[in-house]
Amino acid sequence: MNKSSNKFRHLVWPLVSLALLLLFNAIFTDNFFKIEIKKSDSAQAVQAPSVPVESPQPGTSWITPESYDNAGDSAEAAAQAAADGVEAAAQAEGAVQTIASEAEQQAPVKKDGKGVSIFGYYLYGTPIDILNQGSKVMVLAIGMTLVIATGGIDISVGAVMAIAGAIAALLISMLDAGNCIGAGMGPSFYWIIPVLAALLLATLAGFWNGMLVAGFGIQPMVATLVLMVAGRGVAQLITDGQIITFDNPGLVFLCNGHALFLPFSVWIVAAMYVIAGLLTRKTAFGLFIESVGNNERASRYAGIEARRIKWLTYVICGFCAGVAGLLAASNIKCADSNNAGLYLELDAILATVIGGTSMAGGRFFLSGSLVGAILIQTLTTTMYMKNVSPAIVAVPKAMVVIIVCLLQSPVFRAKVLSIFASKAAKGGVQ
Amino acid sequence: MKTFKFPMRYVPISATILVFFIVYLIGIISFQNFGSPKVFLDLFVDNAYLGIAAIGTALVILTGGIDLSVGSIIAFTSILIAKMIASGCNALWAIALALVIGILFGMLQGWLIHCFSLPPFLVTLAGMFFIRGCGFIVSEESIGIKNDPVFNFIQNDLTIKLGKGMNLRFIVIVYLVVLIMAIFFSQRTRAGRSIYAIGDNELAATLMGIPVGRTKIMTYTIAGFCSALAGVVYAVYLKAGNPLNCVGLEMDAIAAVVIGGTLLTGGVGYVFGSLFGVLVLGLIQTLIVFDGRINSWWTRIIVGLLVLAFIFMQNLITKISKSKSKTQ
Repeated sequence: MNKSSNKFRHLVWPLVSLALLLLFNAIFTDNFFKIEIKKSDSAQAVQAPSVPVESPQPGTSWITPESYDNAGDSAEAAAQAAADGVEAAAQAEGAVQTIASEAEQQAPVKKDGKGVSIFGYYLYGTPIDILNQGSKVMVLAIGMTLVIATGGIDISVGAVMAIAGAIAALLISMLDAGNCIGAGMGPSFYWIIPVLAALLLATLAGFWNGMLVAGFGIQPMVATLVLMVAGRGVAQLITDGQIITFDNPGLVFLCNGHALFLPFSVWIVAAMYVIAGLLTRKTAFGLFIESVGNNERASRYAGIEARRIKWLTYVICGFCAGVAGLLAASNIKCADSNNAGLYLELDAILATVIGGTSMAGGRFFLSGSLVGAILIQTLTTTMYMKNVSPAIVAVPKAMVVIIVCLLQSPVFRAKVLSIFASKAAKGGVQ
Repeated sequence: MKTFKFPMRYVPISATILVFFIVYLIGIISFQNFGSPKVFLDLFVDNAYLGIAAIGTALVILTGGIDLSVGSIIAFTSILIAKMIASGCNALWAIALALVIGILFGMLQGWLIHCFSLPPFLVTLAGMFFIRGCGFIVSEESIGIKNDPVFNFIQNDLTIKLGKGMNLRFIVIVYLVVLIMAIFFSQRTRAGRSIYAIGDNELAATLMGIPVGRTKIMTYTIAGFCSALAGVVYAVYLKAGNPLNCVGLEMDAIAAVVIGGTLLTGGVGYVFGSLFGVLVLGLIQTLIVFDGRINSWWTRIIVGLLVLAFIFMQNLITKISKSKSKTQ
């Protein structure tokens, strides 16, 4: 019992903050927890944006369960909504089926791995949206956590995202025009080439950072500063300064598609989290990272290849940045070298720190980082729903960051405790 | 026999000055009129605000910290001044208020960093978000400063005319004065020397009885002031305020400081170097403008490579001086 409470102690403050935010939303935001089930018609929506997706036509693709305005617990509400929705779906199945087939006859939908999300239904609502929009920071935070755990930092992930998005968009536009190897595979398959190329390039960028930090012994902040400054220039060079748009269904699916009731990006995050978790908790890798972060020299004397471990964390971080870059590009269907991933490195670091990972290195919590990322995204979404201008969202975000950091600072805790202690002592005297 | 030894600590700054002259020579050889004094003066006019911001950044980096809130404070200051003037306030009051806010904000950051031993990176990062958002609260759109008597006075009467159409604008004078003051402060005052001591080894400085907390808070306060002053200069330079301005300027300032020969771990370097760091950045930009064929994003790549080169050089110097001290 005690052991488990220790194990999850780092999650307490982030979860409390998140719960407070959700409570605030439950009370003050209408329909915040309203989750609906929608028939997957994203294929049509993508191909013909003029089709009004939002307008509910009676008996077509919309099934609306009752709303959960004042539900306190999002997960419960989600589960209930899902259950209700499935029931409702079962009831209305016949009608939907016929209409769907009619729709198919009218406008033949390409069944190309996209659009045919499994079962054809997906959840939809603000909490799901938070997960989808927060997926970029969550992916980044996974890589960042490992880097910070070795006592390093990677401030170039935003620029690497821009590079990954740029190369993916460039290749897909070349493939669409037919001037690239693999164009013969057809648009439903060749999107894999840009994805692989982007991941490869991002991993190379991570390798470069690792080389500077572990190979040449430059401080991490400085070493990654180089790529941060130059990376956006490289991305601009790749796209020739243009914003390249694309509408390849496979690439768009990454951040706009759905699978198994949830946005596909959420599954990507889940997969990466599981892989990172297995890698760090079921192999010695995690232990090595923590030991290098704690005391690099001591771990080297203990026979750990400290340099290689550090190097590897930067490579993983670069890979994560590549995935995040693909998600970012897929989300807006274009590669914007100037703004893709701008300031996201900061969000990723904040998510990691909020999650209880110490900036000094030596211990890390992947789950905490994910909660931190969700916390940041929930805060942002809450602000949007309260009609706060996107630009001003930064103010409360900064305040939350400082408060959470203060709560985690041992010095602050000691000071607050001493105030309480002295008050108690005075009370005792009186 | 005594041989002349070039002191190791002057190597980075000499390299910076060398790079500056090489780039300048390349410009003169490649383009007509590049060597004209007007181009040289424009370097200062166009980069005065960056230079002032880099002074604050240099001092903070010398203590071993970092300040990421620079660009946001500049944007906030410029929009605050523009908004206050637009709503009928005296420009002098607006400038004074902006400077006071900058000082207080820097002080708050320094206090948080020192008293709760939070990482400077995180605190100034949050500060960056915060003050940028505050700028948007003041106004979400760009505001021009039109027909303001104070700004016109600064523009017209405080400009020293050097003849041949060349003018030494007031913002350049402000930059040079602040730079000289900062150099004097960092080299010749007790507080300035404490900055170096803290940056070199904070624990040792504490044990020596140097007021570490006071010095650190003071340094961040100075940095806040420098950023706010840079914002004022920016408002004078552009005659407008825009909360979107100067995104990522803190990275330019840090790059200028690094190219200027300051070690990012703190304790080594000169404020004077930031002048040449800024001038090199400005020269690269001017070169690309002169050329006209190269795309402007090459600036970022070249700056990144320069930063890398200087980091490598400093790493080498640190290693050499370490091995020397071991053998001695």
